[in-house]
Parts: sequence; structure tokens; C-alpha cells
Amino acid sequence: MSIDRNSGFKVIQPGIFSLIEDAGRFGQHGIGLTSGGPLDRDAFRWANRLCGDQQTAAAIEITVGGLVLESQINTTIAVTGATIPLSINKQPRELWQSHQVKVGDRIELGFATSGSRGYLAVAGGFTIEPIFNSAATVPREALGGLHRDGSPLQAGDFIPCPDSLPGSQLRVSDSHRPDYSSNSALLRVVLGYQQQAFSTIHKQRFFSSEYRVTESSDRMGFRLKGPATKPTVDGILSEGICLGAIQVPADGQPIVLLNDRQTIGGYPKLGSVLSLDIGKLAQLLPGGTVRFEAISIEQAHNLLLLDQQRFANTLLEQIDLYE
Amino acid sequence: MHNKIHSQINGQINSKIHSQHNISIAGENSLIVYFGEAPSESIASEVAATAAQLRAALGALLIDLVPSYASLLVIYDPFNTDHHAVRAAIRRALASPVDTDSSQVGALVTLPVYYSTESGPDLQLLADNAGLSIEEVISIHQQSEYRVYAIGFAPGFAYLGELDPRIAAPRLATPRQKVPRGAVAIADRQTAVYPAESPGGWNLIGLCPELMFDPSVEPSMPVQVGDRVRFKAIDRESFLDMGGLL
Repeated sequence: MSIDRNSGFKVIQPGIFSLIEDAGRFGQHGIGLTSGGPLDRDAFRWANRLCGDQQTAAAIEITVGGLVLESQINTTIAVTGATIPLSINKQPRELWQSHQVKVGDRIELGFATSGSRGYLAVAGGFTIEPIFNSAATVPREALGGLHRDGSPLQAGDFIPCPDSLPGSQLRVSDSHRPDYSSNSALLRVVLGYQQQAFSTIHKQRFFSSEYRVTESSDRMGFRLKGPATKPTVDGILSEGICLGAIQVPADGQPIVLLNDRQTIGGYPKLGSVLSLDIGKLAQLLPGGTVRFEAISIEQAHNLLLLDQQRFANTLLEQIDLYE
Repeated sequence: MHNKIHSQINGQINSKIHSQHNISIAGENSLIVYFGEAPSESIASEVAATAAQLRAALGALLIDLVPSYASLLVIYDPFNTDHHAVRAAIRRALASPVDTDSSQVGALVTLPVYYSTESGPDLQLLADNAGLSIEEVISIHQQSEYRVYAIGFAPGFAYLGELDPRIAAPRLATPRQKVPRGAVAIADRQTAVYPAESPGGWNLIGLCPELMFDPSVEPSMPVQVGDRVRFKAIDRESFLDMGGLL
């Protein structure tokens, strides 16, 4: 892939933890590679859609904030997800909306006031040479991202992207923007795996209790704390783990496994969180609370298809350029 | 969990489906097939064969597969298929005959190892605890043909089994912060080659100069789940000639 070294963005400050992510790395579990990809897929695809007809183009996942970029290109950007103050050349700008940027513009993100993951997309996507068919950065595997070695963005990095003509300026209507301010989420769960290794009492407790997000929560998994849900078996023969799997070690404290999870593991699992709710979980800060609700695989399937329809049929609002 | 299944396909009982197979829901777009309670040679071949059949049968409907010791996780595209269709495809794959003669399934890969106390810091202690000489440990490690039961933990980390019980050893009480790339290691009745420098708690008995994971080549791993592996001792000089680092 030829990369124009002049067209793109310079990283002035990388912020707390900023990663290049595309939809994820698929079909590579056989060699032990995890899927990676944006933790909040919904916010990620909205950011992309605001920049053009693109849903899975490489964008930046910004954890908490602090990212400062300098544009060396004329293009369109958008930031969605967590409420992180955005400014272009010190002028405050709205999230969930596309913005034109010019050569020399300074794009600054403050720190999240609600939610924890923001997404910055650019027209045409960032031009990242894929590794195992994906640009997704997985630090634990030292794979993917700008340098293909799993490293997060660093000051001085140059992130290439194509030149683009100014597009129409668009915004996601207020009614379709999520609200992360409650720092709580209801997570729908498809029961499965070793669910029979949990007694009815323990399952009832799990689905009627509130769990707290602990500090030990990252892109691999969110460790929760609450009433113990103890499986009747301590360990199982290691087996494949899917996105959202709820793993319960002997202490009974559930761990929801996310995008950078290990591909196999030997702890009993109760089932898996619906992918549509993974983003809500990932936006929570430590101390945030979750509750679980059991749904059938039929309900899960319908919800996925309806969500796809909702996204495809939600129109973006045009912004008058001469306001 | 491993109940007998009387599977019906198109209204007919399919007698070929062995009673120990169980298909469970794993998540919104994943099913997991259980082949038995414990790993074995014949189960490993069956897992590998079923994975190959499903890859061919499902094509683009398949997002990913995770074969492991005695199970196969099947992740499918929920926008173009559903758990009913995938379950049927799994049952068809299970019903087709598998040659469980273990020597017929999986490639045989030979990995060179420089066994020594220099390259394997736990070799002496492992031998002492086993009541064997270092030479005997090295010889026993090479005698078995291992099966790749699973790949995971880190990119390219292949779990090989089963190790001769005479040289089996529990994980270290305190894992090392740094295990070098290529370290040949033992934990319980399993053995493995560390594909990259990483923390680890297995007992180190030697070094393999061959790369177990190289993203720049295709295939990026010399083995896949279901393959068979043998180890062959090499001396220090050959190890260095083959690009090994001490």
C-alpha cells in the first residue's frame, strides 16, 4: 500500500490511551488471535457514517480523552461516543456531528464528562496497512494499529488518510444519541455454555442483583463485583470464548469478556451479553453499575436484525452551512 | 451438560450421531459443540475434521471457529443465517464419517530443540523431582508424538499433549516475568513452545529455533489444531546455525 506521507494527521498528544480500530480481525481465532475492534460499535459506526458512506473504516478509539491532532489535510471529521469536549482551533465544536478541517487546524479533545470511549473518524478512513486483514490494534498481542505492532498512538505519529472534497455537514439527531450520564447499564444475556453448572438460586441472584464495574476492567474484559454467583464446577476443559461471554471463576464474581479477550479459557461461563449492549458496558467508568436480563436466542436474533434496520433507516440531519 | 442427544434431521433419527456430541448455545451468534468430557487422540481428530467440514459447508456464513481440546466454537453471521441452520450444518458434519485412525489426520511436524541447562533453566530441577537424569528427561520428551489440542493464550501458542506422566510437572509457584521466545516448556501433562517473549509459569527445558508465529509469512504458524508434533534434539551449534539466540 502506498501512503502519502503528507496527507493525514499529526499526533501532538496521544491522550490517555488512543487506538486505531476498524471493525475487527475475524477468521484468525485458529492461530489464537482475538477479534479486537471498537468496544462501542454503535458509536464507532455513527462516527464513520458522519464522514461518508463508511461503517467499518479505521478510526481512533479514544479512552477518556486527551488526544490532540494537527491536520495536514482538508477533510471531514466527526467525534462520537463519550461526552468529551471537542475543539478545533480552540473553538468548541459539537460531538455527533461532521466538521470540516483544513491544513494546520488543531483538533483537541478534553476529558470525558460522561462515558469513557470516544471515536474520531475521518472521511475515507485512516489509511492503515492491515495485518491479518485488519487495522485493529491489540496491545496484548503486539499486533495491528499504525505501526502494526499493537502500540497505541504516540506523540509524533503521523496517521495518513486520503484527501477528500468537503462533504455535506451532517449530525445525528438528538433522539438517536445515547446518554451515558447515569453510569449504569442493563445488559441482556443469552444463557448458554455451562449455564447448567449454576443453580437456579444462583441464576436468580445473578439476574436480580446489581453489579459494580471494578478498576480491573479493560479491553480484555470487565470485572464486576456483587453478590457471588457460584458455579458447581471450578474449572472446565479450555474452550472457545465468544464476545460478551460471562466467565465466573470460583470466587463467583463475573467477568464479561470483551473485544481483546483470550480466545480460549477454562472458567465456567453462564452465557453471553448481547453485542448491542457491549458498548453500553464499555462506556461505564469504574464504580458504574450493571444489571442483567435473560433473553432467548430468538429474541437476540430479532434484536440484532432490528438494530441493523434501525441504523440503516435512521437519516442524518443536514446542517445549514451558513448558520 | 453432556446428555445423550437424539438428533432428528428432516424427521429421521440419524443413527450416526454419536451420543457424546452435544451442541449448546454460546452466545447470540455462536454455538459450541462438545465432543466428550476429556481430551483424546480420537476426539482431537474429530474436532479438526468437523472444523474443516464446517469451513467448507458454511463458507462466508462462518465468522470464526475456535477448535479446542474437546469442543468447537462456531461463530456465524447472524445477518445471513441463524442458529437453526447452523445447528443443522453441524449435525450434518458430525454425521459424516471421520477417519479416527489418528495417524491419518493432521500433518506431522518435527520441531528441533536445543535441550540443555543453558537453554532450559528448569531442566535440572524437573529431572531431580522426577527421579530421572537430564538425559532421560530429554529422551522421554522426544519419544512421544504429540497432538496440537488447542491454540490460544497468545498468538501461536499451541498446547501439545499428552506428555509422558514420568516427566509431567506442575506450573511454577511463581511465574517468570520473562520467558524467551522459542522456550520449550512443560506444565502438567502438556508441552508447548512459547511463540514470543512473554510472562509464563511453565517449566523450561530447552529452546526451539523455529518461529512458532510469524505474521510476515503464510501460514503464520507451522502447526494447526489437530496436527501432530515430534521434537528432535539438536546441539548448541546447530541451534545457533538455525538462527537460535541464547
